[in-house]
Amino acid sequence: METILDIPIHEKEYSYLNLGPTHPATHGIFQNVLKMDGERIVESESTIGYIHRAFEKLAERKPFYQIPPITDRMNYCSSPINNMGWHMTVEKLIGAEIPKRVQYMRIIIMELARIADHLICNSVIGVDSGALTGYFYLFEQREAIYEIYEEICGARLTTNIGRIGGFERDFNETTWRKIENFVDVYSKVLAEFETLLNRNRIFVDRCVGAGPINAERALNYGFTGPNLRAAGVDYDVRVAYPYSGYEDFDFNIPVGTNGDTYDRYMVRSQEMWESLKIIKQALQKCERTGPFHADIPDFYLPPKEEVYTSMEALIYHFKIVMGETDKPIGEVYHSVEGGNGELGFYLVCDGGRQPYRLHFRRPCFIYYQAYGEMIKNGFLSDAILTLSSMNVIAGELDA
Amino acid sequence: MALTTDRVTEKLKEKFGDDIIDITLNYDFMTYTLKRERIIEVIRFLYDDEELKFQFLTTMCGMHFPDAKEQLGMVYQLHNMYENVRIRLKIFFPIEDANVPTLTGIFSTANWMERETYDFFGIIFTGHPNMKRILNIDDMDYFPMRKEYAIEDATRTDKDDTMFGRE
Repeated sequence: METILDIPIHEKEYSYLNLGPTHPATHGIFQNVLKMDGERIVESESTIGYIHRAFEKLAERKPFYQIPPITDRMNYCSSPINNMGWHMTVEKLIGAEIPKRVQYMRIIIMELARIADHLICNSVIGVDSGALTGYFYLFEQREAIYEIYEEICGARLTTNIGRIGGFERDFNETTWRKIENFVDVYSKVLAEFETLLNRNRIFVDRCVGAGPINAERALNYGFTGPNLRAAGVDYDVRVAYPYSGYEDFDFNIPVGTNGDTYDRYMVRSQEMWESLKIIKQALQKCERTGPFHADIPDFYLPPKEEVYTSMEALIYHFKIVMGETDKPIGEVYHSVEGGNGELGFYLVCDGGRQPYRLHFRRPCFIYYQAYGEMIKNGFLSDAILTLSSMNVIAGELDA
Repeated sequence: MALTTDRVTEKLKEKFGDDIIDITLNYDFMTYTLKRERIIEVIRFLYDDEELKFQFLTTMCGMHFPDAKEQLGMVYQLHNMYENVRIRLKIFFPIEDANVPTLTGIFSTANWMERETYDFFGIIFTGHPNMKRILNIDDMDYFPMRKEYAIEDATRTDKDDTMFGRE
């Protein structure tokens, strides 16, 4: 049988399709100009930068304690991880000792954020392949996570959670109860969600072999996080360079083999189980009362009541807000395992009020450039699935 | 035997001797300052060497020090995933001659990273397949991350920040 692929190339007519910038299936502002041979993608070109907000430049005008709100707006599906990454970068620079309890509290928040991130990505793969039910079912759980954030810091999406040195206040009774409740409920919900999709014939047929990338190419393209692990490389910053006490926890790193959409889905799904395991361990290790910040008065704002009554607290308050605190001169790189890969902060400090240079290693920006190669010779509908399974977040891509 | 940064330093010194201007340890990162002309050769050597195998480019970024003689700089961070060793390479060069050879021949990921650096610092990567702006608009005629561009509009007179430690 002669197919369209057998026609000699010079006799073919290609059509051009402008996918995006604001196409609902791209979940953000991504423009891809596709050169199509029927339903098949021959070539593609991505244009990015539609929501570029110059974060690196903005950061050069902000004192250290005002930078977390910038990091919020990068990967806004898991902003607490970005916040913690920044706090830890500064703590590394100044050499602060963080109490174990604070570290474990941070781990609970970061793992909750990872679950929130992965559950969106996974349920959206479902939506893009035509299964809307799972999405609505899981989204209720994201609400539960946001309620926990809200209890801790008052915000939901762009959290600005925690401070340099710890948390602004201790977790209250309700927070602990909500976390325990979430762990309980979510394991049931996730198990049910998996029965909806994991072995679903339509879903499997759509996802297996869509947008694959092998380990070698993935490494060459600088992939990290679930996308790299789906290709079979077990690199995870939490294990390779443990931070915030991850070395005390027992968890596995799930890996895939083919690096296709189905593997990415499965890796994320398994990671959610591992995150639940970590949260359960952290709940056991973490006492319900105790210190909630490190003893670094030069960087951690004193309680407001003391500012009004004690001279020392007033001075520290003034120094922090006005940026008069002395900072070590040097450069530091710290990375955390973000929702979609290694989120790195390269900070050059000249001892001044603001960072001299702050560079964000944004995993999305780095791996999205492989998109053209991954969708080449595939179908348009696979390209949509590939995009959602890569979990490209426009905020992080364009920074 | 596990690879250590001391071993990396030893091998680099043996091979490139005079091309290494400076070696310092910044927190947990061994940092090598190199001559610009040799950067590709050094990275190629780090990539290909049987023992070193720095085959993952974590990140790269530009820097600008207006007061220095060699105003612009590039920072590369390489990672050996087999042994879990990370190093940082730096080069500095004058702003009038902001040309750096491209890394795209070794790492595909360098493509957009270099375009980003060009976009913000105006560093031109010679041999890059698609050297144009990536995040900013195409007809922008300056490089915004250079230090001479203040973040706030310099023509504004309604704001007086001298009270708050800003100039």
